[in-house]
Amino acid sequence: MSATLKRRDVVAALLRDRGELLVVAGLGSTAWDISAAGDSALSFPMWGAMGNAAMVGLGLALAQPSRRVLVITGDGEMLMGLGSLATIGVQQPRNLAIAVIDNERYGETGMQATRPRAWIWPAWRVPADSATRRWFRPRWSSPPPARRCWALPGRCSCRSRWWRRKFPWSCRRGTVAC
Amino acid sequence: MNDWPEQLFGVLKDAKVRQVAYVPDAGHKRLIELCRADPAMRAVPLSTEEEGIGLAAGAWLGGERSVLLMQSSGVGNCINALGMTSECRFPLLMLVTMRGEQGEFNPWQVPMGQATRPALESMGVVVQHAASAQEVAPTADAAARLAWGSYAAVAVLIAQRVIGIKSFQDQASR
Repeated sequence: MSATLKRRDVVAALLRDRGELLVVAGLGSTAWDISAAGDSALSFPMWGAMGNAAMVGLGLALAQPSRRVLVITGDGEMLMGLGSLATIGVQQPRNLAIAVIDNERYGETGMQATRPRAWIWPAWRVPADSATRRWFRPRWSSPPPARRCWALPGRCSCRSRWWRRKFPWSCRRGTVAC
Repeated sequence: MNDWPEQLFGVLKDAKVRQVAYVPDAGHKRLIELCRADPAMRAVPLSTEEEGIGLAAGAWLGGERSVLLMQSSGVGNCINALGMTSECRFPLLMLVTMRGEQGEFNPWQVPMGQATRPALESMGVVVQHAASAQEVAPTADAAARLAWGSYAAVAVLIAQRVIGIKSFQDQASR
C-alpha cells in the first residue's frame, strides 16, 4: 500500500491554529510551504544559509524558553547540518521541535536524490517480497503480547528469543512482565 | 598580562551576552571555562563553527545577545552562513583566536590563518585585530558596541602572539 502526502497540506496542517508558535523554515520548499500556509510575523523562512535552520531554531528556543519553536525543513537541508542535531542534543531544549519533510530529493535544484538509497533504506520502503523485508519484520517467539511492553518503564524483557540472541545487551530479563 | 580571558569575560558580561557558542579551542580555553561556570550564560558547544552563525541569528530573533568563539581555522566554515547575517542585518560578535600567523609550527594552519581576514571581509564582516594582550578587552568592547549598536557583523582577531603557543612541545604540555 502506498499513499502520498501533499507537502503543502502537511505543513498547513502543522501550522493550523499555531497560536504563538515560532516557526523557522529551512532553505528550499519548506520556506515556500510555510509562506503558502499564511504570512506571520512569527515565521522566519530562510532563503539561504543551507544547513542552519535547526540551529536558528535552537538559538530562538534558548532565547525564548517559555515559547514553543518549530523548525520545518527538508531532508537535504537537514543532511547539510546533521551535526547540529548533536549540538541540540547536548542542550536538550524542551520547547524545540524539528519536522523534516523527507521527499528524498533536492527539490529546488531539480529533484536530485538526497542520498544513495542503498545505505539509508528504511524498512517500510523495502519491497514487500524481499528477504530484507523479512529481516526487518518484528519477530515474536510466541504470539505478540497484548500489552506493548516498550511503553512501560524499565528495559524490555519480553522481546523475542531472536531479539535476545541478536542484541543480548539490550535485554534485562525479568524487569517487565508481559 | 595573562588575564585577558577574564577581561574578555567581563566585556561579555557587561554586554549582557546570554548565549556563548564555541568550538573547543586552546586559546579560548579559559574564557570557555568562565562562561560555562556562569549561570547567566548558556554555553553551547558546536559541531562546526557554521552552526554558531545560525545560533546567533536565532538568539537575536529571540531577543538575546550571543557571542561566537572559534579558532581562525573555523572561519572558512562560516562563509555561506554569513550571507544570512548580512542579508538580514543581524548583529554578530565573533572572537577568533589566530593560528597560522606568528611563528606557527603547524603548516596546515597557515593557509586558513592567512585567509582569515580577507575571507571575513569578503562577506562584509568588520574585522578588528588585537595584537597584544592589553588590546584584547578594549577591542572586544568596541566590537560589541559596533555589533549591537550598529547591527554589524564584527570579528575580533586575537593575535597568535597573545595566545602564546610557540611549539608543539608547548601545546603538548598544556
